[in-house]
Formats: sequence, C-alpha cells, structure tokens
Amino acid sequence: MSAYRFLVNGAPAEVEAPGMRRLLDVLREDLGLTGTKEGCGEGECGACSVLLDGQVVDACLVPVCQVEGRIVRTVEGLSLAARERGSLDSLQEAFLEHGAAQCGICTPGMLMAARAYLDAGGGPDEEPIREAIAGNLCRCTGYTKIVDAIAAVATPLD
Amino acid sequence: MPTRTLTPGVEIAERALVVDPGQRVPGRASGFPLRREGPAKLTGAAKYTDDLVFPGAWYGITIRSTEARAKLLAIELDPDVDWSRVIIATADDIPGENIVSMIKDDQPLLVPVGGEIRHHAEPVVLLAAADRETLRLLKGRIKLVTEPLEPVLDPERSEHVFAEYEVKRGDLDLGFAGADLILEGEYRVGHQEQLYIENNAMIAVPGGDGGIVIHGSMQCPYYVHKALKRALGMDSVQARVIQEETGGGFGGKEEFPSVLALHASVLALKARRAVRMIYERHEDIEATTKRHPAIVRHRTGVTKDGVLVAQDIEVIMDGGAYCTLTPVVLSRGLLHAGGPYRCPNVRLRGKATRTNTPPNGAFRGFGAPQTEFAAEMQMNRVAERLGISPAELRRRNVYKLKDTTPTGQVLRESVAGEEVLEQGVAAANFERVRERTSGERSERLGSGTIPSGSLRAGDHRTATGIGLALAWHGAGFTGSGEVYLASVASVELTADGRLRVLTAGTEMGQGTKTVFPLMVANELGVPVDWVEYAPQDTAEVLDSGPTVASRTVMVVGGLVILAARKLKAAVEERNAGAPFHESFRDDARANGATRIDQKFEPYPGVTFDDSTYLGDAYPAFGWASAVATVEVDLDTCEVRVLDVIAVDDVGKVIHPILCEGQVEGGTLQAVGYATMEEMKLRDGKYLNDRLATYLIPTAMDAPHIRTILVEAPYSGAPHGAKGVGELPMDVAAPAVVAAIHDATGVWIHDLPATPERILAAMHGLDGGGAGSRLRGVMDKPAA
Repeated sequence: MSAYRFLVNGAPAEVEAPGMRRLLDVLREDLGLTGTKEGCGEGECGACSVLLDGQVVDACLVPVCQVEGRIVRTVEGLSLAARERGSLDSLQEAFLEHGAAQCGICTPGMLMAARAYLDAGGGPDEEPIREAIAGNLCRCTGYTKIVDAIAAVATPLD
Repeated sequence: MPTRTLTPGVEIAERALVVDPGQRVPGRASGFPLRREGPAKLTGAAKYTDDLVFPGAWYGITIRSTEARAKLLAIELDPDVDWSRVIIATADDIPGENIVSMIKDDQPLLVPVGGEIRHHAEPVVLLAAADRETLRLLKGRIKLVTEPLEPVLDPERSEHVFAEYEVKRGDLDLGFAGADLILEGEYRVGHQEQLYIENNAMIAVPGGDGGIVIHGSMQCPYYVHKALKRALGMDSVQARVIQEETGGGFGGKEEFPSVLALHASVLALKARRAVRMIYERHEDIEATTKRHPAIVRHRTGVTKDGVLVAQDIEVIMDGGAYCTLTPVVLSRGLLHAGGPYRCPNVRLRGKATRTNTPPNGAFRGFGAPQTEFAAEMQMNRVAERLGISPAELRRRNVYKLKDTTPTGQVLRESVAGEEVLEQGVAAANFERVRERTSGERSERLGSGTIPSGSLRAGDHRTATGIGLALAWHGAGFTGSGEVYLASVASVELTADGRLRVLTAGTEMGQGTKTVFPLMVANELGVPVDWVEYAPQDTAEVLDSGPTVASRTVMVVGGLVILAARKLKAAVEERNAGAPFHESFRDDARANGATRIDQKFEPYPGVTFDDSTYLGDAYPAFGWASAVATVEVDLDTCEVRVLDVIAVDDVGKVIHPILCEGQVEGGTLQAVGYATMEEMKLRDGKYLNDRLATYLIPTAMDAPHIRTILVEAPYSGAPHGAKGVGELPMDVAAPAVVAAIHDATGVWIHDLPATPERILAAMHGLDGGGAGSRLRGVMDKPAA
C-alpha cells in the first residue's frame, strides 16, 4: 500500500492503495465517483473512459501508480462550472437534445472521448468524430445521434 | 424550444399525439420533452446497480460447470482451506423449490448433487465473502466431481422437443402444381449476444420479515418477483423487487435476471447480510442467454409473373439446455416465417429442441429476425431467377388490406407494407442505383482473377451494391398472451396533489420514463413536468406485464391513457366540469387521493385459438423496409455498410427523437447480425466469450442510418401506436446480405456474412458458409 496523490476534477485526491489497483476501482470505490462505468474490464468497450492529462484512457487498464501527480477528469467534472448553475455544459446539452443517450451506461465514457476530441480542436466532420469515439461501444443508439450531437457542439452556431 | 427537464420550469406538451412528419426537425427534440432521466445519465449521477452502496454487503460469485453434459457426483472442498471466511451455497440451501420459474419447470437455480449438468457454465455452487480477493483465491479450491455424459449439440438430432407447431392454409400440392418456378433454400443463423453494455447485476438485501429485497438491472420486475416467491418460498410482500437504472436489455434482461436474483438471494439469506452479484463481461457472455440459432428451409412456388402460390417452410430452433422462453420465441418466429406476403397455400412447421449449450432466450425480434432473414433471402433469390426487380416482386405479393395470413387472420386495418416499401424504394432511388450497380457487376464478371468470378477487375478494388428487404412484426404478445397477462397500469392523483403514473414498465434506454408522462400529460392537459413516474418497485406498482415484445407504448401506454381519461373525467365531474388542470389540486385537498387502476381488456374482435393456431395471431402488425448500400473489398471481401434507409410503420409516433433512436439502434444491431456478430462454439462452449473476440459494430462500422417513420394507426389502441423496438431488427440484415449479392453476385445463406464466407462463396466453394446445403432447384423452368 502506498499513498498516491493526483487531481480529480480539479480537486486534490490522496488514496492509500496497492500500486496496481485499477484507476477505475479507485474512482468508483475509494473516491465514490461512480459516474465512470465498467463494461468489460479489458479495454474493449470504453465505458470507463476518463481523461488523464487531457488524453482519453480506459480507467480499467490504468494502475493507480501511473496516476501519481497527474490530472484526472471524469464525467462528474465535465461541467463543473455549469453544474454550479444547475445545468449541463454544451456537450451534455447537445447529447440530451439530440437523443444521444439512451440507456446511458456508455454515456459517461462517450462524453469523455468527445470532450477530448473537442478540446483538441476537432471539427464537425463526421469521419473524424466517428474515429474519435471508435473506442467507445454503444449498443442502443446506432451512433447516429451521438455523432450529430458532437458535430453540433463542434460547429460554431454563428 | 426544447423542454428542459433539468431546470425546473413549466413547459406544456403542446403537441397532441398525432405527429405531422412534415413538421419534424430531424435530430432535434423540438416540441417534445427531453429524456427525463437524461441529465442524471449525462452527469454520472444516475445510479446503476453496481453504483449502489450497501454498507457491510458481501460479494457473491458462481462456480460453474466446465462440461457440456455430465452427472454431478460430488462437490469437494479443498480440506487445506479455511472455509470459515466464506458462505457456500449449494442446491441444498434453496429454501423453496429449486426451479427458475419460467414456462417449464426444467431449469434449476443450482445443479444438485446427483443431478445432471446440462450445459457449459451452468451454476453449481455459490460463494460469498467480504472481499473479492478471498473469492478469487478460493474459487479454484472447489472441485466438481462429475461423470461425463455424451452431449447433444445438433438441434436436429435432439430428441427432446421444447415446442412444435404447424400452421396450414390452402392446398400445398395444388399450389406447387400451379407454380412455374419452385425454388428451395436453406438458411442458417447463429447465436447473437444482446451485449447490453451494463452486465447483469443484482444485489439482494435480507428484510426484517424474513423476506428479501432485490435491487437490480432488469426488464421485468414481476418475472423476478414470481421466481423469488417460488424458489425462496416467500409471499408477495416478503419478496420485493426494485429495478435500478438499467444499462440496456434488448431481451437479455427479460428472463435471465431471475437466475441471478435467486443466486444473490440464496447467498444473502444464508449470510444474513446483503450480497452483491455483479457479473464481469466474460461471465455475462459465457453464461447468459443468446438469440436462438435457427435452420430455416424454404420451398417456394411462384408463377412466372412472380405471384407466390405456395410456401412450405420448416424452422428448427436450438433452445439450448433449458426451455426459458423458447416455445414463445419459436411461435413468433414461425408466425413471421412467410414474410409479409400473401400466399394462398402455406405450410409452416416449427420445432425447437434441447441441446447441451447455454440456454437461449429473448433478444429483440424474438424469433422473427431469424425467420424473416430466410424469407427475404428466398424472395430475393426468386426475384433473381425470374428476372424481376426485388422491389417489383415484393410489390406484387406484399399484404394488402383484407388479405389473409396463414393463421386465417384477415388484415382488417393498419396495413402499411406497400407504403413502407414504396417509401424505401423512393428514398433510396433503389431502381436507378440498382441498375448502375448491376451494370458494374456485369462488367466485372469474367474479368477478374477468377474465371467467371466477380473479383476485382483493373483498378476497381471495391464494388458497391444495394439491397432491399421488407418485414412485418406482430404488435404486442402473440396470440392470447395479452389476455393471460391481464396487465394493470395506474394513474394517481395523490392526496397532496401530485400526479403519478404507476406501471411495471421499465426504462432501459428506450424512453418509458419520458413517454408515459408525456402521454398522460397530453390526456390531462397539464405540463409534462407535472406528471411523475413511480419507481419500478413491486411494493409500489402493480403488474403491468413485462417490458418486452415492443408492447410498452402500445399495450401499457394504452392502459395509461385510459386511466388518465378516467381520472380526468372523475375529477372534472366532481368539480362541476372545471378543467382538470385548474381543479385537480383542490380536488385532492378536498377528496384525498384518486387512483385509477386500468386493467387490460381484450382488443375488440381479436381472437386466437392456441390449440389450433388459428385466428388473429396479433391485434395488428408493424411494417418495415430497409434499403442498404454496401461496399465490398474485392480482395479481402470485407464489407462496409455505408448507408441504411430504414422505413418503419409504428402506428403512431409518440416521441420522434426516441422513436428514431429505437430504429437507429435496432438497425445497427441487425447490421451487426448480418456482418460480424458470431458466437463460435466447441463442445458446447462459447469460444469467443469476451468483448475482444465477440465483435459488435463501433462508430466506424456503423452506416449512416436514415429513418423514415410511417404512421398507420391501430384503432384498438387509444393512441394508435403499434410498438417500435423490434421492428428494425427484423429487416436490415437481409437488406445487407442482398446488397452484398448485388456487389459480388454471390448469396450468403448463413449469417453473419463474414469476409471468410463471402470469399468462399466467390471462389465457388460451399454456398456461403459452413453447413449450408443450399439448393436452388428449378423443377420447372420459368417460361
């Protein structure tokens, strides 16, 4: 057991854990951030996607020892500013309006992959959006509305 | 402006239930309420079963068989292990009957010592401990002593029949005698995994009264409730089932959750504490139900003008080791086996048998995708033989108003086969595109590296093809199913002036929590945000039946509307005709709560005889067409599905965004079924039981899906809706395979149409897949 310190959604976190404990378990069980979901536990489905220093990673494949001193962002931190106002950020809003979330279990991971794409300056073209979320499986939507929602946010309205 | 459910505010559901397609803004929720639980799902606040915390809860796991069939002689615990830290449960610990209550009483919760293991990964022993590490270490220290038995793996050789039906109409011999062309074909489809992204999950919490409370991921709380009562020997109050946020079901959480809820309960009762049983993906794929594999044989007679005169169809389904819902799956599959086509002389024979493979069960479409794939393949091959366009052949045979189905059902209303066909053909510019793709195929023929083959020529590395399919899907339960279910749904004005809808209809992504309040708000004339949806908790809601069979909006929604109308009338009558929205709060203060429990009444004029299989198999049918465009790599035979136009008649669109979402999602599941989803088995064990090896479509694999919603209302439902969930699943797979044929010139008779199968077919090897024995015989040449 060692102590690991890192930033989660802007706040410092310190956990005592074996170094190989999965970031997914640290988030869900040690820090109570259950927004990040487990779908397969082997990096295939992307349900546990979080941002590590702005890059999308599968939290089920990242041991906590690799997170020391780094910045983690989860779905709970997606719209910190917006949540204080009791509302969603533009990406979440677009998912809601386009019907891009159905059962919702892939949604947190999907949002994080989309956030990383948008933060990297991704545009509204369909192909790069599909590529950006290709590591995130959704069984409900057929992806059409997810792609539309991301494109809507990537497109400046005026 | 879209309604926001996140911010408190008032937004009248201003539109009536009738939706003018012309007024819809594609992709926007304009004028319709947003998904009610959407904000919680989008912020991570929504609690799925594995997100719930029960202090002091233990973890439970399952020890499973490693053989397909064996006699269980003994369960041996390693004597060198300290077993005091765990709870061990076997069949001996089941308080009631060792039966998972479903159609037949053949499936045990746990195989007892002396009993027979009937499939690989069958549950035998349950273990619970305070931490998962202990379970991981001890799991391998329990040995199952068995005596191997010879497994039965071929459904055609099995002597144990779960169900068998025959439907006959007209005179088959006479029909074939009048045919100018007789065509035979055999089609095979394999297992398909539902692959909800949230694995099966259950938490059992012992109650103070000796009862149990289940929190879990499920479609049907009352199925679980019934199973608990029987196997745990409890009454309706002691057994309580609460559905938590559910991350997809697609049928996979129809009957299987009963098994897991029972396992968690047996452990929790023995441990006297809460027990969590959360499957990992590998276990979920290895041990839970799949779509039934099927073999479908057709013998079809047509005139030279392409008019169907005889259909002789045989369906064999592999039920797996236990009955589950197999008889009903076979029944629906068989009743849809002829496709949406008029034919005077028909024989449909269906049989489902037991094999020593994990049990198969419900999956979106429920037997119909299997048989309608075969029906559409057969139609396309008939069209090819006769030199008639696939669209024209369908035009000549599709059911019209007043036509009669093989069960003798006269289609009295809501028949939209022609409309969905014509809309699909027009939207895809089908004939024009097909003319071009056929021309390109002819040019390639003989010019490739394989003589007379259609492999690439010159610079053309890929070939494009277009394919069409048509389907029907019976709305609601089959036959007398709804009458037996006798569902009840409620609308309540509470004493403190709140409005609540109470049903057992679960939300699993399809939108129940959004559309039920919308329908009630429309009836009552109040803002949709004023209408609450009660939790799916057996202590709170009555049994409105299972959330399956695309019946939620049609059947339960119909009850909810009738209940709302009665509530409105009662309140307005008590208040001298004052409008409900002005009077209901005062009414509650003055009169207390008013609750209307609306019971299902049989649809007028709908009768079915379960013994003869004659009559109205369904109150109405939904109709769908799909036009798929594919690109086939002529070197590797990889298929890219570029585009699918999905036209679905749902009776009435309640919420266009959610409805489109159902069509898009169902279409992609069908595309996966057509192109990549395949369970491989060896000795009755799934070989690719992981997400790394069982592939479903990613965003890169998914085609553009364009949805066209058609409304041919059904008068028996107060809103006219016929359901949407399963319809798209029936139709896209044969459209994709037809498009592959258009590109390559080969028919793939076994799903999925993998590159290996296409390559083999293009090299003139076995007709489209291992095990396929396709015959295209022309007893008589077409004139």
